[in-house]
Amino acid sequence: MTASSIADNPPPPQDVRSPVSGKAVRPGDRIFLGLSRGSGIALLVIMAAIAVFLTYRSVLAISGDKADFLTTFDWNATGTEPKFGIAVLAFGTVVSSVIAMLIAVPVAVGIALFISHYAPRRLASPLGYVIDLLAAVPSIVYGLWGALFLVPHLSGLYSWLDDYLGWTGIFSYSQGAARSLFTVGILLAIMILPIVTSVSREVFLQVPRMHEEAALALGATRWEVIRMSVLPFGRSGVISASMLGLGRALGETMAVATVLSPSFLISASLLDPGGGTFAQNIASKFSEADQFGQDALIASGLVLFVITLLVNGAARLIIARRKEYSGAAA
Amino acid sequence: MAKRIDVSGLSAYYGGHKAIDDISMTIEPRTVTAFIGPSGCGKSTFLRTLNRMHEVTPGGRVEGKVMLDDENLYGSGVDPVAVRRTVGMVFQRPNPFPTMSIFDNVAAGLRLNGSYKKNELKDIVEKSLKGANLWNEVKDRLNKPGSGLSGGQQQRLCIARAIAVEPQVLLMDEPCSALDPISTLAIEDLIGELKERFTIVIVTHNMQQAARVSDRTAFFNLAAVGQPGKLIEIDETERIFSNPSVQATEDYISGRFG
Amino acid sequence: MSVVTDRRTVANGRNPLPVSLKQARLPRWTPPVLALVAVGAGCGIGLAAGLDSTIQWGLIAALLFIAGSFVLSAAVEGVRQAKDRLATSLVWVAFLLAVVPLASLLWETVARGSKVLDGYFLSHSMGTLPDAMPGGGIYHAIIGTLEQVGLATLIAAPVGLLTAIYLVEYGRGRLAKAVTFFVDVMTGIPSIVAGLFVLSVWILILGFGPSGFAGSMALAILMMPVVVRSTEEMLKLVPNELREASLALGVPKWRTILKVVLPTSIGGITTGVMLAIARITGETAPVLLLVWGAKTINNNPFEDAQQSLPLYVFQQWQQGSEASYDRAWAAALVLIAFVMILNLVARGIARWKAPQHAGR
Repeated sequence: MTASSIADNPPPPQDVRSPVSGKAVRPGDRIFLGLSRGSGIALLVIMAAIAVFLTYRSVLAISGDKADFLTTFDWNATGTEPKFGIAVLAFGTVVSSVIAMLIAVPVAVGIALFISHYAPRRLASPLGYVIDLLAAVPSIVYGLWGALFLVPHLSGLYSWLDDYLGWTGIFSYSQGAARSLFTVGILLAIMILPIVTSVSREVFLQVPRMHEEAALALGATRWEVIRMSVLPFGRSGVISASMLGLGRALGETMAVATVLSPSFLISASLLDPGGGTFAQNIASKFSEADQFGQDALIASGLVLFVITLLVNGAARLIIARRKEYSGAAA
Repeated sequence: MAKRIDVSGLSAYYGGHKAIDDISMTIEPRTVTAFIGPSGCGKSTFLRTLNRMHEVTPGGRVEGKVMLDDENLYGSGVDPVAVRRTVGMVFQRPNPFPTMSIFDNVAAGLRLNGSYKKNELKDIVEKSLKGANLWNEVKDRLNKPGSGLSGGQQQRLCIARAIAVEPQVLLMDEPCSALDPISTLAIEDLIGELKERFTIVIVTHNMQQAARVSDRTAFFNLAAVGQPGKLIEIDETERIFSNPSVQATEDYISGRFG
Repeated sequence: MSVVTDRRTVANGRNPLPVSLKQARLPRWTPPVLALVAVGAGCGIGLAAGLDSTIQWGLIAALLFIAGSFVLSAAVEGVRQAKDRLATSLVWVAFLLAVVPLASLLWETVARGSKVLDGYFLSHSMGTLPDAMPGGGIYHAIIGTLEQVGLATLIAAPVGLLTAIYLVEYGRGRLAKAVTFFVDVMTGIPSIVAGLFVLSVWILILGFGPSGFAGSMALAILMMPVVVRSTEEMLKLVPNELREASLALGVPKWRTILKVVLPTSIGGITTGVMLAIARITGETAPVLLLVWGAKTINNNPFEDAQQSLPLYVFQQWQQGSEASYDRAWAAALVLIAFVMILNLVARGIARWKAPQHAGR
């Protein structure tokens, strides 16, 4: 809404010429424009530098890699025969993020609806406030809680899953600390819940009253009102919220590093310890890495960067395509 | 199968604030009743009590009785969802569902209430759009979004959506206030046709419109700002506009206030 | 159940619709009672089957509640109402499902963190204390965090502010579009990648050692897009009439921005910057790569390794002794408190400034 109203009334023309002298912009204006434009350019330069330097160091690393960077199940970047690859990391990153999304998005939409449409009014706005605050809890705190509280509480659930679903292979669980990719997924889900909830709630609250009344006046129940007017209106908002959450889940470092017990094996079971993610691997391997080892970690970081870029780009595309609908709503 | 509405002793509140006070009136089936009165006099609030839409506003509360033939809308065990199904409503600003096509908009109410075969649905949608004098304009683009129509067309789409479920009563809350004169005329003509089938109640700010479309007119007023709105009088439209029995009505109609 | 079952036929000869207004309803106390029953049954089943994890008990109770309310409602009220109830119970369960871990997180941090949190803890560093020994403190980490975050803010806030001004007040054309696009891209950079970037340039290529300032640069990269976004939003809220009124008086544009636009939106901008600060305060990954962490006080952010609060939490957790866990929880509590206070103050400013906006 605000964006379109700004577009309708563009700011006054930039080259306000002095009517008396007829000369170009005054010095004050020129300096100010220079400063603000310079900042914008600085931002672009930083982005370009990130891309260039990460690529440069990555090329150094990959050209020294004695194994296939994409398919190797190992991370040994020191010594004369460095062998490392991102296969396990890519698998772990994707799997843990997908688990996180599968858990977090439905629950977050549920909480957002709870706050926007179900909770007693006196409860709704403080709840929204608390959720916003929780979004600010640093990830390392989630990591600490995950490692020292969540992990011990999950092994019971896991052996239960193993009893009933162990035959699938995915849910087979041999006793031990539950420091697995599935735990990481659960923890990531809890971490991104507040942000996904907060953005979705924002969108749900913006649903024009008249759309909801249209459904009500047709004799819709509360759920039907939500299905007919709230969810369609909020869909693109929920998608962008989820992508925001996915971006965080993909790049999350400390919570994964504290909870996961890493290994360079891909196991069919999600409940057994092992696996790794890009960010976690960087944090865990950094302290023991020499300069070449750091380059290797940078190379894996570049892959993570590209993946998050793709996710964000996809989110933006989805939103742009849905814009005609939600835009028409106003 | 239009029904008679019989309101007695009805008051409506927003939280602690009383918006309308002790209103009683009878609305005959297959007539058009217009509500007129200055802004804030509670005529829209009263309209929304007739299909229990008032209570969806946070803090909204109603006392009194609204009989639809012989059932009290506010009786115990009455489901507000069923009430709204029976008493349709058209709003001030056209509000088609923005993500639905023209066809789906009209079919929305039907789909809630049961399953229909495709052909049945098609027939009812066509009949409703014809009933809303919109069929000829949209029959070639039923699958386009309803939000692509002009304001007047959107409002007629909303009327089609409301009448598709065959309600007993149709409430209209200033249905023309957001429309241009030509679209307004189209809606007014439509109201004339619809009263053959429905009991219609319309809130309007436009006294000429009330005079043109309604059989009976109710005049609402409030004693002072902050006071609840009251029904001053209800009578044949002709009488209200020519020879009202209350001085305030005459003052309002002749433009001395409001 | 219905008093009037006046079924009628729609004009096209089909589809009789019931028009009774009455509908059999479950009494109002049904959901809470059902919830109690479900919780009871969940615990019962859990006990009987010897399930040792309370998480399972909760899940069983939740499933029983959802299924029970659906079946009951479908039997008494009909399918539409049952779907409505199903949605309602799902939403409630989702809410409870989320509240439990988040509440537990806060509770655990406060309960375990307050154990060693005292004046000594806040005013001392680790010094030469062995990791497994109790004692020590976070003074050095607080100093480090304040300096790193302060430097990052000094870099990011002006750049972010000016960029936002450029985008809103001047920005048209290709450069503005590119900046907008890359601000979006930058928002999505994982913090560890920002850390790797500074690592590659500052440490690997330029050959500097670890320092607080190196961490600040990475934090600044993470902070900039957040500041740009929030400031942009706030500047867009300033009505154009204000700008035009000022320009019409012959005030130059830059003075219009400084004297009219910025003062009008200063509350919101401050809030945005403070929220951005709160966000980077909790960042651990880039600090791990660039600042390394230290056990002693280093007041100079430009030279040598420093400590920071989130990194301290991580390193104490890594030590893995009871004493270091206690210290990790206590530091986590301090960190949460710091971030929460920043958030509360920021939102307080936003609320306090908001009526003025509306009044204009």
